[in-house]
Amino acid sequence: MTASPLARRPAVRALLNDRPKDLLVIAGLGTPAYDLFDAGDHDGNFYLWGAMGGAAMMGLGLAIAQPRRPVLVLTGDGEALMGLGALSTVAAQRPANLTVAVLDNGHFGETGMQQSHTSLGTDLPAVAAACGFAWTATATDEASLRTLAPKLAAGSGPGFIRIVVGSEPLPKTLPTRDGAYLKNRFRANLGLTPA
Amino acid sequence: MNAMTQGSDTAAVAWKDAVFAALKAADVRQIHYVPDAGHARAIELAHRDPDIRAVVLTTEEEGVAACAGAWLGGERAALLMQSSGVGNCINMLSLVENCRLPMLLLVTMRGEWAEFNPWQVPMSRATETVLTAMGVRCFRVERPEEVGDVVAAAADLAFGAEQAVAILLGQRLIGRKVWK
Repeated sequence: MTASPLARRPAVRALLNDRPKDLLVIAGLGTPAYDLFDAGDHDGNFYLWGAMGGAAMMGLGLAIAQPRRPVLVLTGDGEALMGLGALSTVAAQRPANLTVAVLDNGHFGETGMQQSHTSLGTDLPAVAAACGFAWTATATDEASLRTLAPKLAAGSGPGFIRIVVGSEPLPKTLPTRDGAYLKNRFRANLGLTPA
Repeated sequence: MNAMTQGSDTAAVAWKDAVFAALKAADVRQIHYVPDAGHARAIELAHRDPDIRAVVLTTEEEGVAACAGAWLGGERAALLMQSSGVGNCINMLSLVENCRLPMLLLVTMRGEWAEFNPWQVPMSRATETVLTAMGVRCFRVERPEEVGDVVAAAADLAFGAEQAVAILLGQRLIGRKVWK
């Protein structure tokens, strides 16, 4: 893992380089949320600052509610591991419009870089495939992410992408922490009115 | 185990139909659940309804996140679980306060009325306390004729005022679990 040449911020920018106009993104807490914000804020972005383990399931609820919009869950290995059962639940529902992308640095980056289970043997794409995801992929460079990017809106999901990234320290690029604001902004982008 | 324990507690009785009817009338489109015998009728009806997506979960906290995602996408969702599952949801419920999200939980109580299994008791005792601590308003129902009205009112409060609401369906209402 530590030999990985792929840096996470360019990786996320490569995946979202030609971001589909209608793409909705849920970012898991910690660095993936900062990475998504760094790649460009968008009314169709929702950043989690907590609720660890819930990103994929938020994506599922959203994907079911908005079946014609592509939905991306962008999260980290620690967050995905906390909600591993969600991969089973997501796959069982076969949401064609949902992709789960995990930035996998093999470590808990927010808490002191302790090794995570993906450094200790867990193969997340294999888990996703065994649960029944329609497709899985592992990306180790920006070129493969640019190749995978059109799959976000292809409607052939549920898809799972493991993005193997380094664990280099990065400046924290912080999106707003106001969940109610983010909720109302996200819903307004879909033409939904506040209560 | 199932053949032995299913009996009066899975019977289709009027209040069980009233639960589903109230959810349907409230335009709930996603029903996320960890199964419980007391919810079996609503789960069965949800799976049969072409306008509702019924989603089986591996753990209850998945449903909290899924209901949040549903609301982000403009759909109303409900989460069905047993009281033992409430404990699994606690940190995930931080979503509802931070995002001021509606959350409609239907909780079948165990561990409180003629309970045979002591392992159900601690979480049963803690259910209302921890839900309240996390900002979820609890409505307890003991009488079958009140069920439909309470579910309807809770749905109005949840989705109309973006509040987190739990309906606690008492074990006395659900009936004794048959152990033989």
